[in-house]
Amino acid sequence: MIGELGQLALCFALALSLVMAAAGLTGARPNELNNGAATARGIAHGAAMGMLVFVALAFGTLTYAFVTSDFSIAVVANNSHTLKPLIYKITGVWGNHEGSMLLWVLVLSLYAGLVSALGRGGERLTSAALGVQGLLAAAFLLFILFTSNPFLRLDPAPFEGAGLNPLLQDPGLAIHPPMLYAGYVGLSASFSYAAAALIVGEEGWARAARPFMLIAWIALTCGIALGSWWAYYELGWGGFWFWDPVENASLMPWLVATALLHSALATEKSGAFRTWTLLLAIAGFSMSLIGTFLVRSGVLSSVHAFATDPTRGFFIMVLIVCAIGGALGLFAWRAPTLKGGAAFDTVSRETMLLLNNVFLVAVCASVFVGTLYPLALDAYDGAKISVGPPYYAATFAPIFFALLLLVPLGPRLNWRRGDLKAALRALIPAAAIAVIAGLAVLMIATPRFLTGVCAFAVAGWLIGASAVDLIRRKGARSTAFAAALAHAGLGVTLMGVAGTTLWRSEALAVMGPGDIMHVGPYTLRFDGVTQEQGPNYRASRAHIALMDGARVQTTMTPEQRIYPAEGQDMADTAIRTTGLQDLYLALGDDRGQGHWTVRAYVSPLAPFIWLGGLVMAMGGMLSLWRRLRVRAPVPAAAPQPAE
Amino acid sequence: MKKFLFFLLLLTAPLVAGSVVAAPVGDNFADPAMEARARNLQRQLRCLVCQGESIDESRASLAAELRHVVRQQMADGRSDRQIEDYLTGRYGNFILMKPPLEADTYFLWAAPFLVLILAGGVAIFVISKARKAVASTEL
Repeated sequence: MIGELGQLALCFALALSLVMAAAGLTGARPNELNNGAATARGIAHGAAMGMLVFVALAFGTLTYAFVTSDFSIAVVANNSHTLKPLIYKITGVWGNHEGSMLLWVLVLSLYAGLVSALGRGGERLTSAALGVQGLLAAAFLLFILFTSNPFLRLDPAPFEGAGLNPLLQDPGLAIHPPMLYAGYVGLSASFSYAAAALIVGEEGWARAARPFMLIAWIALTCGIALGSWWAYYELGWGGFWFWDPVENASLMPWLVATALLHSALATEKSGAFRTWTLLLAIAGFSMSLIGTFLVRSGVLSSVHAFATDPTRGFFIMVLIVCAIGGALGLFAWRAPTLKGGAAFDTVSRETMLLLNNVFLVAVCASVFVGTLYPLALDAYDGAKISVGPPYYAATFAPIFFALLLLVPLGPRLNWRRGDLKAALRALIPAAAIAVIAGLAVLMIATPRFLTGVCAFAVAGWLIGASAVDLIRRKGARSTAFAAALAHAGLGVTLMGVAGTTLWRSEALAVMGPGDIMHVGPYTLRFDGVTQEQGPNYRASRAHIALMDGARVQTTMTPEQRIYPAEGQDMADTAIRTTGLQDLYLALGDDRGQGHWTVRAYVSPLAPFIWLGGLVMAMGGMLSLWRRLRVRAPVPAAAPQPAE
Repeated sequence: MKKFLFFLLLLTAPLVAGSVVAAPVGDNFADPAMEARARNLQRQLRCLVCQGESIDESRASLAAELRHVVRQQMADGRSDRQIEDYLTGRYGNFILMKPPLEADTYFLWAAPFLVLILAGGVAIFVISKARKAVASTEL
């Protein structure tokens, strides 16, 4: 019964999305041309809310089926198990292709609801944006109903489910996909606003869409940081970023969204780069769609890729071609009618924002080509190549480094015409901090790496400039604070990346009871392995004492787990952090007679990688909070009389 | 009988797997410089049966065998280049984490910098236009 309810809810949602598309686009017409336009707008708003309710109902139904282990539903039977802890029954909802697409549509509907509720800008602009959002929702609902129906039944229902990939049974993965989807799909709102601006020809769209750009960017930043953290502690190799195509698929939208945030700022404040900002908004969501295609079609196979069904790949490809092609067609047709050409000097905020975009587009090209070129080459002449970390170290890294050098300069230059000398003078303390940071690393850290010295100097430059900003401009507008925080976060992450990549020490040994291992400054004693029983796994738990002289300081317990329901095994690492340095242990294979392989890593500054992401996201949240506090773009109010 | 054989296979499987994965630990060079060179080289080589992992990281038995090959050839005094050539001869360029610069990959290597130059050119054009606009409004 419950499955049919979900199915029915999806059908209602599809109908409402079509109503929303039709009504929204009708409502985009001016009242004097269409008598029903005002009514249509009301219908579009209502349909947006209705669609949200029905998609949420469908999602709730599927969640209920997972929680109650209703194995008559195929998706539940294939991806769940009665012994799984409750939290992984719930996260199992999106730990598979069908459920994750339903989550995708739920997030899309949420954004449609948000556009309807918060919609700034003119009523025609909002209406057109709702219409486009409705078209997108309809396309994805069709995709779900025809190729990935999560409510298909099994007859007879199996007695027990097949379980969930143990790699995905992890608290980090519980919030990672929803967060990432909030980012991916959040770019749909900017996309819809951009398309709406092209349809209606309204210029205030960059301001209206900004809260949505910010929400999407914050969610993407958190989602990528979470994913990288998960890979760090779960995969057991101490690495935090593998340039895996699936990771790249999330990085590309982030890079474009970052470019969009900066370009849209110029469009909003000085009317510059109007058409370019529209193009970026279209490109951002296109990257999300391409990422979805790459992951979902089975073109790439990895832990994250659940689907390997060619019909789905084909359907998504058609969807992408229609969405991107349609938007670009609209752009080519309507963009020339927009007023273009801003006036600004060579030394100005606008120039810096433009340079930001130049570099971000280039690094995005590096990721894009690096991810897709091997596929294209293979299809073209069957040659197989690998594009691994060394490629990105040679292309992505130097261009991104150049961008970071320029970051502190931007916020110090005025719109239209800046004073370069004054800006540089104000940055003298930051430069001093940069030199000190570089010298400190040169003296303290061994072995010496030129890249390491440069990385810390640039990190000092970024954090120093932000600190100076925060101190000097006390009481100034909080947008400056938001930018300073986000830019400082970049510096923090850079330190973490440099520390971990360059100065990580590691040890690998076969250890028996009582054996001693040295790694970095630590001494470890292997105290044997015990067998433990988890809720749905068996674990071999190593007891490794961290020694302080002859005294045991603490005991760390990395595990090797076997998930019998899924028939897989995986490592569970043990990490002890001082905040400045991680000691990371992973248990390897059983070598017989109480001997096991043990891997140990000491990663200096590793926590900074994710701390920096958090700081960046906080910058975004501060900016968002300020935006939402100002209800409507009202003209500046008269100053309050003093009491 | 079949069942019994299968059971035997199950029993021996961990031993076989274990002894192969043992390679990196058993093979370690005593000389730290040689060991560092080996690790570095291992990171440049892809585990052919894994998802984007290098042979340095992978637990697959093929990776263990390749690590063994690398270390054996190093012990024989071969250079990194010779070892890479030997491996690409057998497995093709797919094994190299860093794609070689060849006719096939010119575009791959050039693309990011081409985009940078192109976007930079457009930016210069846009800035010069914006400057003229400033000049004309100030007249």
